[in-house]
Formats: sequence, C-alpha cells, structure tokens
Amino acid sequence: MSFLPHLLLAVLEGTVAAAVLALSALGLSLVFGVMRVVNVAHGEFFMLGAMLAWWTAKMMPGGPFAGFIAAFIVAPAAVGALAFLTERLLLRRINYDPEATIVATIGLLFVIQQMALTFFGADAKPVAAPFSYRIVFPWFGYSGYKLFVVVASGAVLLGVWWVLSRTRFGLIMRVTQFDRETATAFGIPVNTVYSVVFVAGAALVAVAAVLIVPIQQAHYLMGLDPLLMSFIVVIIGGLGSIKGSVIAAFMIGMTDGVISVFFSPTLASIISTLAVAFVLVVRPQGLFGAETR
Amino acid sequence: MTARIVLLHLAVLLLLFALQFIASDYVILTLTRIMVLAVYASGYNLLFGYSGLLSLGHAMFFATGLYAAAIGTTRAGLSVPEAFLAATLIGVVVSSIMGVIVLRARGVGFMIVTLMFSQAAFLTVLYFGDYTRGDEGIVILDTIRIFSFLGRTIDLTDPLLRYNLALALLAILVALILVLVRSRFGHVLVAIRENEDRTAMLGYDVARYKFIAFVISGTLSAVSGATYALMFAYAGSTLASIQYSIHPLLWTLLGGASTTLGPMLGTGVMFLLVDFASGFTNVSLLITGAVLIALVLFFPKGILGSIRQRYLKWLP
Amino acid sequence: MEQSKLTVPAMSGITRRNMLKAAAAATGFAAGPGFVRYAQAASSEPIRIGFQVHRTGIGAAYGRWYERTTNAAVALINEQGGINGRPVEIIAEDDGTDPGRGAEVVEKFATQHKCDVGFGTLFSHVVMGSAPRAGELKLPYYVVSEGHHVASGALNRYTFQPGITDVKSQVISLAPWIAKNLGKKVCMIYPDFAFGYDHRDYFSAAIKAQGGEVNALIPIPPTESSFTRYFPQIPADTDVIYHVMVGPAVLTFVKELGEHFGSQHPALFGFIDSLEAVDLKSPGLEFLEGSYLWEAYPRFAGAAPKAHDTFYRSKVGVDANGASTSDAADISTYSHMFGCWETLYTLKNAMEAAGYQGPADKAKLIEATEAITAIAEGNEHPQGDKIFNGKIHQSFGHQNITQVKGGVADVVYRTTIEEGLYEPEADYTKMAL
Repeated sequence: MSFLPHLLLAVLEGTVAAAVLALSALGLSLVFGVMRVVNVAHGEFFMLGAMLAWWTAKMMPGGPFAGFIAAFIVAPAAVGALAFLTERLLLRRINYDPEATIVATIGLLFVIQQMALTFFGADAKPVAAPFSYRIVFPWFGYSGYKLFVVVASGAVLLGVWWVLSRTRFGLIMRVTQFDRETATAFGIPVNTVYSVVFVAGAALVAVAAVLIVPIQQAHYLMGLDPLLMSFIVVIIGGLGSIKGSVIAAFMIGMTDGVISVFFSPTLASIISTLAVAFVLVVRPQGLFGAETR
Repeated sequence: MTARIVLLHLAVLLLLFALQFIASDYVILTLTRIMVLAVYASGYNLLFGYSGLLSLGHAMFFATGLYAAAIGTTRAGLSVPEAFLAATLIGVVVSSIMGVIVLRARGVGFMIVTLMFSQAAFLTVLYFGDYTRGDEGIVILDTIRIFSFLGRTIDLTDPLLRYNLALALLAILVALILVLVRSRFGHVLVAIRENEDRTAMLGYDVARYKFIAFVISGTLSAVSGATYALMFAYAGSTLASIQYSIHPLLWTLLGGASTTLGPMLGTGVMFLLVDFASGFTNVSLLITGAVLIALVLFFPKGILGSIRQRYLKWLP
Repeated sequence: MEQSKLTVPAMSGITRRNMLKAAAAATGFAAGPGFVRYAQAASSEPIRIGFQVHRTGIGAAYGRWYERTTNAAVALINEQGGINGRPVEIIAEDDGTDPGRGAEVVEKFATQHKCDVGFGTLFSHVVMGSAPRAGELKLPYYVVSEGHHVASGALNRYTFQPGITDVKSQVISLAPWIAKNLGKKVCMIYPDFAFGYDHRDYFSAAIKAQGGEVNALIPIPPTESSFTRYFPQIPADTDVIYHVMVGPAVLTFVKELGEHFGSQHPALFGFIDSLEAVDLKSPGLEFLEGSYLWEAYPRFAGAAPKAHDTFYRSKVGVDANGASTSDAADISTYSHMFGCWETLYTLKNAMEAAGYQGPADKAKLIEATEAITAIAEGNEHPQGDKIFNGKIHQSFGHQNITQVKGGVADVVYRTTIEEGLYEPEADYTKMAL
C-alpha cells in the first residue's frame, strides 16, 4: 500500500483507538477526580457491560438494532446497580482509603470475573453491530460502525462535559472534588455525591462497553486491557481532568498507531507503558492536570 | 532481641525441619513450594508491611530472578550455583535502577507506577520471545539440575533435598528479616511508614532508607524467582504477569503485614485454600477475591496482626 | 547462630533419603525414594487418571469440551469393562491455565491422589510448566496439546503426545497443497509468541521446499484486540494469506480482514484454532465464504460421514454441525478435543499391552507406549489412523483442508500421513526411566 492511503488508514485507526480510549477512561477519570480513589475493577465493569450487551442482544427479539438499544438501558442499569452496592458495602466502610480501595477493588475484580465465567461461560461472544455499512475507499474498505463509535463517544464526552460544567450537580461535584471538608461545611451531602459519582462512572463505562463491543467481542477476561489503557490515559491526561484525558487519548491513540505500524506493536505497548510510568514519576499531576490543593 | 522471639522463630523452623520425617510426600512437595514463595512474600512485606510502600509490580523482580536463572542455565551455560548467584546480583541491579525511578512517586502514584513498570517488564519478556519463548517458556532439563558442587553431587530432582534447601533459604531469610526489623534500620522504616515528613524532620535520610528497603525487597523477590526456576525447572511469562504481583500482596495481607512470620503463614494458608478448592470447583478466582475483600473489610491486620493486637503483644 | 544451623537440614535430608532407600530395598520394594506406598495398590482398585483441566483462565473455552470428551470416553471404557479388568476413574483438577498451578496439580496427582497417570493438558505453557514435575515424580503424563514441545525433545521420558499431531507436522503436510492450489507467495499472520513461532519457522521452511516463499511475516501480540492497522503490511502481490490466531479476539480479526479487503482479496488459508468454539455463521464471518481452513478433524460431518465419526459424535453429544446436541449455539472445539478420546484409548491399549497392574508397572507402561507404531482408524480413533514415533513420543495423523460454503466447511483435501513426517529431533528412549 502506498504512503497516503497507508496514512489515511493509520489516521482512521488512530481516531477510533482514541475514541475507544477516551470513552473507556471517562468513568475512571470521573471517579478518581471526585473521590480520589482508583477503582481497579473498572475494567471488569467494562467487561460486564459488554457481556450484558451480548446477553441482551441474545434475549431481545427484533434483530441487532433492537438489541443494541435495549443494551443501552440494561447494561448501564445493571452495572450501575452493582457499583451502588460496591460503594455502599465496600468503599464507604473503608472510608475511601486510597490504598485499601485498591486492594478491595482487586478482590472485586476477581469476584466479577468468576461470576462472568460461571454465568456467561468462557467462550468469546460476538455481538452484531446495530448496522453494518462498509465504507469503500479506492484502496481499502472500512467499517462504518467504527466511525459511528467515534461520533457517539464524542457525544457522550460532550454530554458529560456539559453536566460537569453547566449544571448545578456539576458544580456540587467540582466543589466536592476540590475539598471534601469545605463541601461538607457548605452542607453538601458528600456521601450522596460519592454514591452518584461512583454509580455514574460505572454506568458510563458500561455505555462505553455497549458501544465498543460490536467491534470487539465479549469475553470474561477482556477487562484487563481497558483497565490498563484507562490508567494510561487518565494518568497522562492528569488525574481527574476530562479535557486532559481526551487529549491524552488522542495522543496515545495516534502515536500507538504510528509506532505499531512502523515498529513492533509489542514495542509500542512497552513504550506507552513506560511513558506513563515516567510521566507519573516526573510530573505526578499528569501532563495537563493542575496541582490540586 | 528477647529470647522468646528467637525461640519462637527457631521453633517454627525446627517444626518445619521435623515435619519431613512424618509428613506425606504431598505435604513435602507443597511445603517446598510454599517456603520458596514465602521468601517472595517476606521480601514484599519488608517494603509493604514495614515501609508502607504498596507495590503492585513485584512480579518484575520475581521474573528477573526467574529468567536470569533459566536463561543463565539453559543459554549462557552457567551451572546452577552460578546462575543463582548471577540472578541475585541482577536482582540487586534491577531493583536499584527501579528504586531510583519509582521511589519518586508516592501513595497511589507509587502503586500505579510499579504496576506499569511491571507490565512493561511482562511485555519485554514477550518482546524477546526468541530468547524467552514467550508464554510457552523455558524448561530446565534434569541434566542441568543434577550437578556437582564442592565435590558432592546435588540432585535438585530429589524432593527431600529440595525441601531442605528451601528450608535453609527460609531460615536465612527469617534471620535476616528478624535482624533487620528489630534493628534501628527497621525502626526507622516503621517511622517512615507512620509519618514520613516527621521522620525526615528528625534528621533521617528518608529517601536512602526507602531505597535500601526497596532494593532488599526486590532482591529477595528475585532470589525467590531464581529458586523457583531452578527447583521447579520452569520459567514462563505467566509468572511475570500482574497476577503474580498481586499474590505476595494477598499473602502478606492475609498472614499479617509487618509481622515477621505473617507472610509465610499467609502464603501457606492461601495455597492450601486454592489447592483445596481446585479439586471440586472452579471458583478459585472467587476465593481469591473474597479473601481480599474480607481482609480489607474485617481483618486489615491479617491473621498474625490480629493475634498480636489481641493476645500476644510481643509478637514481632 | 542461624547460619550454623543451616547446613544441618540439607545433610540430614540426604541421610533420611538413604535410609528410606535402604528400607525400601530391604523390604523388597523397588520404588524410588518416598514412593514406597505405591506398590501396595490392590488390583481391584480403579485406575486413576489425573486430568488437568483448563476450567478457568484463557483456556476455559477449550477446557469445557476437553472435559466432556474425556468423560464420554471414560464412561465408554468402563462400560466395556475398564482397563485390565479395573474401572477407570478420572480425577479432574482445575489448573487455571497457569503453568505454576499446573505444576502443583501434577504434584497433587502423583502424591496425594496417587494417580496412575496424568492426562489431558492443552495449553503449551501449562505443559511446559508441568512436564518437568511429571518426569521427576515419574508420573506418565499424556498431553493433548498439539505443540511441538514433546517432539522437540525439550521434555522428558514420561511425557507423551499420542492423540494429536504436533504443529510442525501439521504445517509441513499442508504446504504442498497450498503451493499447488492457492499460490506460492504466502503472507503469514500469526500470534507473536511461541505457538506462532512454530508456525513461522516450520511453515516458512516447508513452503520454500515447495518452491514457494513467505513474502511477509506479520506477528500480532497476544493482547491485541484490533487488527486493521496490520493489514497494510500485507504485500500487494500476495497469493495467500495464512492466518493462525488464538484467543478471544480471533473473530474480530477475521471480521476486520473482511472489512478491509471486501470481495477483492488474496486466497485465505486459516487454522481452525482461529475459530474453535465459534459459529461459522457468526455476524462478520460472511467474509470467510470460499476460504480454506485447516481442521484436524472436520467439524461438519458432511454428506457421507463414516460410521465411527457418527458413533463418536453421539457419545460425546455433538451434532453433525459440531455443536452440542443440547444447544445448537454451543460450538465444540472439534479439531482438538478428539485428542482426549484417542489418547485415553491409546493409554488403554498401552496398559493392556504392558499388563499394567499398578504404579509398580510404570516403566512397563512407558515402554509399551513407546513400542506403539501404528494406530488404526475406528471407534477408538475416529479422527483417522496414525503412526506413532516412540523415540519422540509423538503421533502423526492425517490433516484436513476444508472450504467454507454457506457457513459450512466441507473437506476438499485430506493429507497423507507421509506428507507430515519429518526427521526426529530427539530420542527419549535413551533417557533413564
């Protein structure tokens, strides 16, 4: 393939990768931003969302489109409910201690994996896209649904941005993020805010999974990859900064695409992983995050 | 150091020694494995339990020892003792380099940095697949594992010899840990864990103490990895995966962080739990997860930590 | 003080071992150190087969079907009177598809469950981690993995692979047909780890021997979940794309290949490993129409199935489409799981030839297995006849090339056994028992 078509493909793939990254990392970024805890089970929430998308599509008569729409209701609701229980029964009881939360959510990660294996089985499960349209370029074809994912994730990101910056609830969340004590002093029910944020983070990642699973497959061990990628995005972008996460997602999506086209893809993963580690060491607040408090 | 502390540790080691005369073959094999992995857990505990640094990436050190020993014997033509020594030295080097880098991060940042470096190490093993054979891994043949050392033949395929070698290693480790944590060095580490800023203000070079603890911890993990490869004749990328970074955390938490014998106990209990479950169910993941959650919620101090808190105040 | 104590345990250990040896010799038991109790097994006791199952971990999709096939074979063997008049008992343990745990499970089989043999491991890394333990504990260990590890000489005298052909033989036997029918310029897409390297090395050499060439090698990391960006590396003059992918992302791979190429594409030759347990009618797989697959044992029974294939399917509970008889959407791992069935029958024959009565006869069992040369097709070996090379502990069978038409794959060529033979690289029979 000559250079320009190759570049076009790399850009398309990079854009899709960036959209997938930004979308999967959004929930983690939100939770970390407001609650200052790292949810290691984030990837498993993604996996559950994907599994539920498959299950709903299987149960729902009326073809892939009906299943897709139904999954948009079922998956975030169910994953959100699980997140609610997690927040109440686990995180609240350990008082959102950052280190204890990591250990507890590692435990949760195993429990969710086991549940998925027991109830959904070990096979990889394909989920049909709501529509199949192949865009034909002179040199190669490309999945129309992948571009839809880019548009949809743009919409979800805009929606979240709007809630955070333009609504009263967004304001409350930002105050809580800034300082828990101050928020309490102003009469903000911090515990309720935490509940809502944790549930919203989980529901968002479930939405991401429903959108993304037609271009991948549901499998009970699929959660690790989105988790690590989300870490990378959230850390490089600056913890809790959604704008930073989006920029980071595009940087990583694009560079990862280019490096893996010209060099070894494993090398690309090694480099981006090391990059994160070094960013954290040198600039703990991330490339775009401001030092908080 | 009080006499009863020394006596307790001696008694544990003597009990382990005596066990080989009555225990079944299976118990011998299992305990050998537990003792080797207990070295890993104890090394981890030095950093996590005593210094308060929670690493999610110790598999990289375990794998360093594992692969140094496996590649050293199968490709570089080293004998088993040479490979063991080389693996230990490489462990010192790798953990020193890592220590310089990752100790700049604190708190949650430290956890994620170690996780990321460990993931990079795991990918590196795959990247050099032509040497490491990636996930399939390396088998160390018996021709290498039966060797002569100081004029006598050592046969690492002999289960009882392995048991006693593992016990010897564990004895050295127990002595080392006991001396370390009861020394001034150990007390400073605990002070750092409790309040890093205040310890620094008292004039201690906090960074240096943390670095030394990190290097000892990483090196012990590498020693455990090398022993694992040489004794059980296998090295593979699975043993460098995230799962194997979480294991020592789980074992230490279960047995009791910042207790000298806790990691050992935790390794044993968890091992038996999984072993017991794998025969009739496939819920080993659930058990691991549930134990982690239960520990965090109800027994943050682990088994020995809780016993120390309630009954035996003198327990080290 | 601690230091001086150290040397004592090691010394005493050796002493105790010697004592045991002496005791064993004195009482007439010839077993190795620590395994004295074995010789007391009564002949009415069942023959215990330790079954390493991938119930969890990455191999779980295969493990489930390995377990089903194994249970079906054992039920049948017991109906037919067991082995040497003794019933067969399967002791299954989950190994988590983890080589560390796998090794522990083998130790458990040998010393706690007192199994006669270990059996059934699929994933190469678990075999590699476990085989040294089996060799050391002198537990005859029959794997069903298709890796080249056994035949390569990397393992030991106690490890066998009699039920399934290894990768090296598979790819060698396919090369002539590919070169003759699909083209000589082959682009290989394979997983970037040991299993993929075997394909890369042995197929490259084999296609060269046929006057062809591999014009591009595209290794894909095992953790990859998106593949489109690799496709530009496929050279324009490629005749055949040779793909062998494993793991849960394989379906995406084929789907994206379809999106990328549309109807204009080089010939496709894929390993069924890419699609084991996956319905060929899954959304996105329409692209495979007309392409070719390697199958060890064709999933679709076809128009004129052989009687023993029908028999085997009915016993395992698989329909003519390779799906579970109880759930048409539950697709089996048909090209691999037959290895469990056939290995158990080979084991039965070897035990009968050795007059196997108990663990004291282990050496006889090993030698009897090594003495096998030909395996006949039939109900016991439904995949086909095989030859067995006792020196490298590996069997060699026929391979099938199938073509996908309307979501069904039909056999277009069946290789001869000779096409898959190669010079043995090792000789296990020279190792001590």
